[in-house]
Amino acid sequence: MDLFFTMLVPLIIGGIGLWGATRRVNVYDALIHGAEEGLGVLLRIVPALIALLTAVYMLRASGALELLADLLAPALRFLGIPPETVALLVVRPVSGSAALGVGAELISTYGADSEIGRTAAVMLGSTETTFYTIAVYFGAAGIVKSRHAVPAALCADLAGFIAAAWAVRLCF
Amino acid sequence: MAMSYIWVGMVVISIVCGLLTGNGQAVASGALEGARAGVDLCISMAGMLCLWMGVMEIMRRSGLSEKLSRLLRPILRRLYPDFAHDSEVMDTISANVSANLLGLGNAATPLGLEAARKMSRKSPGVASDSLCMLVVCNSASIQLIPTTVASVRAAAGSSAPFDILPAVWLASAVSVSVGICAATLFSRLGRLKTVSARRHLRRN
Repeated sequence: MDLFFTMLVPLIIGGIGLWGATRRVNVYDALIHGAEEGLGVLLRIVPALIALLTAVYMLRASGALELLADLLAPALRFLGIPPETVALLVVRPVSGSAALGVGAELISTYGADSEIGRTAAVMLGSTETTFYTIAVYFGAAGIVKSRHAVPAALCADLAGFIAAAWAVRLCF
Repeated sequence: MAMSYIWVGMVVISIVCGLLTGNGQAVASGALEGARAGVDLCISMAGMLCLWMGVMEIMRRSGLSEKLSRLLRPILRRLYPDFAHDSEVMDTISANVSANLLGLGNAATPLGLEAARKMSRKSPGVASDSLCMLVVCNSASIQLIPTTVASVRAAAGSSAPFDILPAVWLASAVSVSVGICAATLFSRLGRLKTVSARRHLRRN
């Protein structure tokens, strides 16, 4: 099973290429054309990434995240979320790579097969980098009025975090 | 505007907090590192992104994405009623959802952005209900196989890195359902508010 999962990405690329070739599609030309379009997309999201990552790096360096973690601990215990994961909750909607770093640290500190380690892993797997997504999408679409997108997306995140903690308790 | 407030808030909080906790120097270097990290991230994802855009182009030209999207369409029509009859937008959204399901985040994002751009033509500058739904669905994870997390667990010595899959699916399903319900609810609440505000204006 593990081999299947590790081979999944090359299998998908190979499978799609093979399918295209049997359908008499100029596979190589399509690949190059698509990749060229990818460069344009990349160029459009660079500014948002630079702006957001600057703020995230400053926030991380200032120690504000630790303060927030201490502040939120009682509320988290009430919701059934292990308070050890608080830094992950705060970072997750803002930065994918930072969340992966925080999560990896939790997993190695408490053990990959511990409850906290599993909870951190499920949280990482079942949520997204909400603010980054919103910034990039609305940036690309030229949206100024975001209406209810931010509160609704944060509801989904909170539900995901609580569900992750309870799902780990349920499954293990 | 929300992003402006969030961004300015983050920067101001980190400056104040950095000065109070004596981390001012770290904040200053963070400000310089962050901008470079943005460019680094773009360069590190450039290859994957272009490759997947290419693979998606093969899928598109060979009619594979159409097949996949036809499977997803009955559900997506309900989520995006404004675009149910716009096959161009529905195609892009269903390709976006199928890429998300497969965990091809780098392929899903450009497709999602394409859909967002097409949707915004109907109401420039303002996020329509459908656009909000698209953003909410993309900011909730529906990935079937979280490969990155599994590799982190494997590196930390897990006996079975993929044993979290059922828990991930359960948590993802809850998160996406809550997101969709919240988006629907908030848009109805907003509409009620504008209607009652208009009535109020008429009365006076």
